[in-house]
Amino acid sequence: MTGSTDTSSNMTKSDPLTTNDIDKIARLANLPLNEAQARELTEQVGVTVSYVSELQTLATDNVTETSQVTGMENVLREDEIDTTRMFSQEEALSNAKRTHNGFFVVDRVLEEK
Amino acid sequence: MLIDLPISELSEKLRSKTVTSVDIISECYDQIEAHESKLNSFITLVDRETAIAKAKAIDETIATHASPLAGIPYVMKDAYLTRGVRTTAASKILDSFIPPYSATVHRKLEEAGAILIGKMNMDAWGHGASTENTDYGPTKNPWDQERSAGGSGGGPAAAIAARFCSFGIGEDTGGSIRNPAAWNNISAMKVTYGRVSRYGAIAYASSLDTMGPTAKTAQDCAYVLETIAGVDPYDATSSPKPVPPYTKEIGASSKGKKIALPSEFFGDALDPEIKAAIMEAREVFESAGAEVTEVSLPLLEYGVPVYYILAPSETSSNLSRYDGVRYGGKRSLFTKENKRRIMTGTYALSSGYYDAYYKKAQKVRSLFISEYTKLLSQYDAILSPVTPIMPSKFGELLDDPMKNMMADLYTVTVNIVGLPSLSLPCGFGKTNLPIGMQLVGNMFSESTLFALGHTYQQKTDWHTRQPTLVSSK
Repeated sequence: MTGSTDTSSNMTKSDPLTTNDIDKIARLANLPLNEAQARELTEQVGVTVSYVSELQTLATDNVTETSQVTGMENVLREDEIDTTRMFSQEEALSNAKRTHNGFFVVDRVLEEK
Repeated sequence: MLIDLPISELSEKLRSKTVTSVDIISECYDQIEAHESKLNSFITLVDRETAIAKAKAIDETIATHASPLAGIPYVMKDAYLTRGVRTTAASKILDSFIPPYSATVHRKLEEAGAILIGKMNMDAWGHGASTENTDYGPTKNPWDQERSAGGSGGGPAAAIAARFCSFGIGEDTGGSIRNPAAWNNISAMKVTYGRVSRYGAIAYASSLDTMGPTAKTAQDCAYVLETIAGVDPYDATSSPKPVPPYTKEIGASSKGKKIALPSEFFGDALDPEIKAAIMEAREVFESAGAEVTEVSLPLLEYGVPVYYILAPSETSSNLSRYDGVRYGGKRSLFTKENKRRIMTGTYALSSGYYDAYYKKAQKVRSLFISEYTKLLSQYDAILSPVTPIMPSKFGELLDDPMKNMMADLYTVTVNIVGLPSLSLPCGFGKTNLPIGMQLVGNMFSESTLFALGHTYQQKTDWHTRQPTLVSSK
């Protein structure tokens, strides 16, 4: 990662990401991309990444991270069944494109030997 | 038009039976029939007969309804689950999704007797500032149909400006309530994080998402917020703090209120017409007895970088659930902008980059909290523009990630900190395009902001102005 702060949209020379990076991220994100999309995203995600890298110029050595702003911790409830929030099997399946005998159909993930 | 009247007045007329909910709803549907084809603000319009039937039922039982929202028509950004009514988040992935349950906000409004007439257009999954990144065609600005209605909640904002309904429910992660409010000449409250339940709202970035009202005036927004705010056992981040009687406290005087005006918001990025309008607003507040002081908020320029790490990171995680198995379509249906944000976020969270991006942004988030806390310990509100630019022409923000990001310059820092912000109409440019300002306050200071906004709207008439489209037939 370079510390480039070039924010022009036509940036080509200092692209921080390669198409290999994009392929890897697309696999992690489970996003199917064709070659043209991958090329375009290499440039555009690169622009964003370069721009947000501006943050590296700020000193944050003794700063704690903030992940949420409510100030609340350990919000608990009784471990009881709330029947008003329960779906019937029919409701739970109502938006699935593929069902079989009351189950969701998923793509095979294990290969037969 | 009936729909021009404030909610309080409509409610009184309904109770005294000088007006019926059927009258109001009919007027809205006439207006929609006349003008919706020019705007494209709806994704799903509730059919007229259904809405009229509900209105009839309210008319017959009006005396038994405690809520001033009974019989009042409203719309929701299509990011809220509405049981039995299609909900898309403006994405073809959810094109045929019929929610089996409702968002808490929707449930509360239904219980109050308010009448839902539509689910509105937006940038798909909330990704954008122009309602162009939608799979249902862009929403056009009622003030100039060659321009964007803003985003991501352009649909509900345009519908209020066009007098299709009395109020709308938006969702603000980085400006999605306020930006369209500014570009459509309406009022809107981005609430304190946790003030309104997020249950049943389709998540964009969970630590930033807030649900809030949009309407013609600050007072109307106060009526709506009073109804939808409060703790919800289904959202552990909703606040147990009691909900103040906003509509009773809205009359509080602005005399002696201290307003900060941070110079960083008035730099080169700001359109001079917007700057001039904010300076005029400053004088209005001063004439109401408020004290306006120029201050500094040096971190401002780092707001967009923080936001464009945190929001894409959180959205890449939230949108990973759309696998097409239990509901919805394939992931290839995400828009270009969706893919950009998912990819950016996945990168920022990936092994080897997490510390440099996500963790770093979370640390700078803490710096923002300190800076705003310090400033707001001395002031009641911060006055600033909502957007640096006037409503954009179609295509101007699309496909230019930098321009798209900079449209959020003045709004995102508020989400990073979790603060409330009231967006109000404050003038017009030379070409009759609306301009908006925002008042940002301390955590849970919505009441103070409403009062300041109400004072302003009693001294100005910007909020009463309508696009010429409304009166034309």
